[in-house]
Amino acid sequence: MMNVAVQDRAAPPWEPAQTEQLELYRQLQLIRVFDETVLELRTAGEVEGVVHPYIGEEAVAVGACSQLRPDDGLTSTHRGHGHCIAKGADPKRMMAELFGRRDGYCGGKGGSMHIADFGIGMLGANGIVAAGLPIACGAALSYRMTGSDRVAVCMFGEGAVGAGPFHESMNIAQLWQLPVVFVCENNGWAVASPPEQILAPESVTALAAGYGMAVEQVDGNDVLDVGSAARRAVARARAGGGATLIEAVTYRMVGHAYRGGDVAEQRDAKLLESWRQRDPLLRLAARLRRDGVDESALDAVAAAARTEVDEAVAFARNSPYPEVGDALKGVFAA
Amino acid sequence: MNGTQLSYAAAVDGVIADEMRADERVFCMGTSPPPALVSEFGPERARTTPIAESAMTGMAIGAAGSGLRPIVLWSCVNFSFVAFDQVVNQAARIRYMFGGQQDFPIVFRARYLNGTRSAAQHSQTAYALYAHAGGLKIAVPSDAGEAVDLMRLAIRDPNPVLFFEPDRLAGDTVAATERAEPRPLGRAAIRREGTDVTIVAIGYMVPLALRAAHRLAATGVSAEVIDPRSLVPLDADTIRGSVQRTGRLLVVDESMPACSMASEIVTAVVEDTASCSALRAAPRRLCTENAPVPFSGVLEDFVLPGEDRIFEMARELSGDVLERAASFV
Repeated sequence: MMNVAVQDRAAPPWEPAQTEQLELYRQLQLIRVFDETVLELRTAGEVEGVVHPYIGEEAVAVGACSQLRPDDGLTSTHRGHGHCIAKGADPKRMMAELFGRRDGYCGGKGGSMHIADFGIGMLGANGIVAAGLPIACGAALSYRMTGSDRVAVCMFGEGAVGAGPFHESMNIAQLWQLPVVFVCENNGWAVASPPEQILAPESVTALAAGYGMAVEQVDGNDVLDVGSAARRAVARARAGGGATLIEAVTYRMVGHAYRGGDVAEQRDAKLLESWRQRDPLLRLAARLRRDGVDESALDAVAAAARTEVDEAVAFARNSPYPEVGDALKGVFAA
Repeated sequence: MNGTQLSYAAAVDGVIADEMRADERVFCMGTSPPPALVSEFGPERARTTPIAESAMTGMAIGAAGSGLRPIVLWSCVNFSFVAFDQVVNQAARIRYMFGGQQDFPIVFRARYLNGTRSAAQHSQTAYALYAHAGGLKIAVPSDAGEAVDLMRLAIRDPNPVLFFEPDRLAGDTVAATERAEPRPLGRAAIRREGTDVTIVAIGYMVPLALRAAHRLAATGVSAEVIDPRSLVPLDADTIRGSVQRTGRLLVVDESMPACSMASEIVTAVVEDTASCSALRAAPRRLCTENAPVPFSGVLEDFVLPGEDRIFEMARELSGDVLERAASFV
């Protein structure tokens, strides 16, 4: 009989102080405004290449990263702007990367799909679905081998669950009891396919539970629900209790990828509206209002996010382009 | 024989053990790590993994990016194809793509079984495939001594290094004595000096070329034999310098010819004006025939480059040398 350790939902939920909740709200707003702006800049052609907006899914990154220390690891995906901001990356350097400028995190060599700040524990942002899972396991292994209590968090979508590296990583993380937290952003779309077209089991947690892993399914549009689950999973990993998979059920409000002139996949209007009602920003704002936060305070957070993104765009526009000779540098370490 | 000789396997495992003793960041993992390493370093640092090449390769990247220096034991080159995404999309690109924020020191160790009756899947060198990927260094030893040197260099290198070993070197031995400081990766070795024809040979083709060169000398052809040692970086200067002296080039590579290292080496010579104008004959490649390597010995020996064929092709290339020699008789 398989021993399935399901997280104890009866454990006390995370109850952050109001100032902490306002900080979560600030991050949600910043990610939303950042990606809405990037989408506009892409449509206008000022940002080139492809962008994958995170609009609608912000609570997953913010909730998961709310429980991390700066030295904890994080692997990100092609839809990674929100992961970066939640882990503490500087929007100015992110935007400069999107503009292909010298001050970008990767000096203009990475672009939207590969923005990452290794200085805050990130181990890259991956354009290959499911590729980040083994990398996160390797980071977790290194923490264990060096006697550190660091934790690696791996972000991925439910589209990764059908791929081999997902299963190899589940098996090895559980076998070796690695300090890793797998955060599956089940956003309802594997590129253009809904889960019923790509997943045999009824949920991602059911698959991970089959490996004997601790699992938890949460409301991915409720930052406090995600944060509570992440708090339990991170504590378990730090204490040597092994891996956890959190399935955060959310919804991608916009299309998969934008190269300019793209349109989102055909959506059911009622479904889209039902998710709009569950917008993670609106929900945290409602909670804060209920707890007595002034409307003006919420407006101030939104205005500050707008200002910060505007400053990031100005910074990116003013950043110099890389020298063409830089293209040939950095293939190998000296 | 002077003093104790070590088998190929014991010598290379010994280097890994040396480096693991000297640097606690070094560890190895694979489906069956060498028992001597497991017994000395324990199962944490000589890790047994599931048969999951993607996971072990990706984990090495994550561990290297977090400060360790992993050695991945793929066992055979063909198993690396299971992890192709992690090798090509990740290991080869991760440093550059993120603007050089982080180094990824990793050794990927694997044998290719050409010439051992191991059939089509296990008899693939694949080094040209990975040379094409960019961002991966590639070392191929030609004897047990070079294997010791190249493994040490690979472990100490700050980049991902593929260490691909011809399995036919398994019977080679090396003296168990302190070795001189090895020449760095990217520096070829002139294994035999000669004046009439340059033979560049890779891996196990080097001992074959040396034997052929010995026979050629008896027929009046002086062959220079060059072992590139590393294919990335490739020491084109040494090869070009040799061709400028000999005027003739034969490249021996036990891979299929299309886009092979043999093709790359010939190109590196002919696109260099000084080398091209020094040529007295069209350069030749001696590669595995254009077919997957078959099992049966008669078939395999036919498709792989052999000593006799090296001898014959070098003589063909050096026809005018032989004619001139004959005219003096």
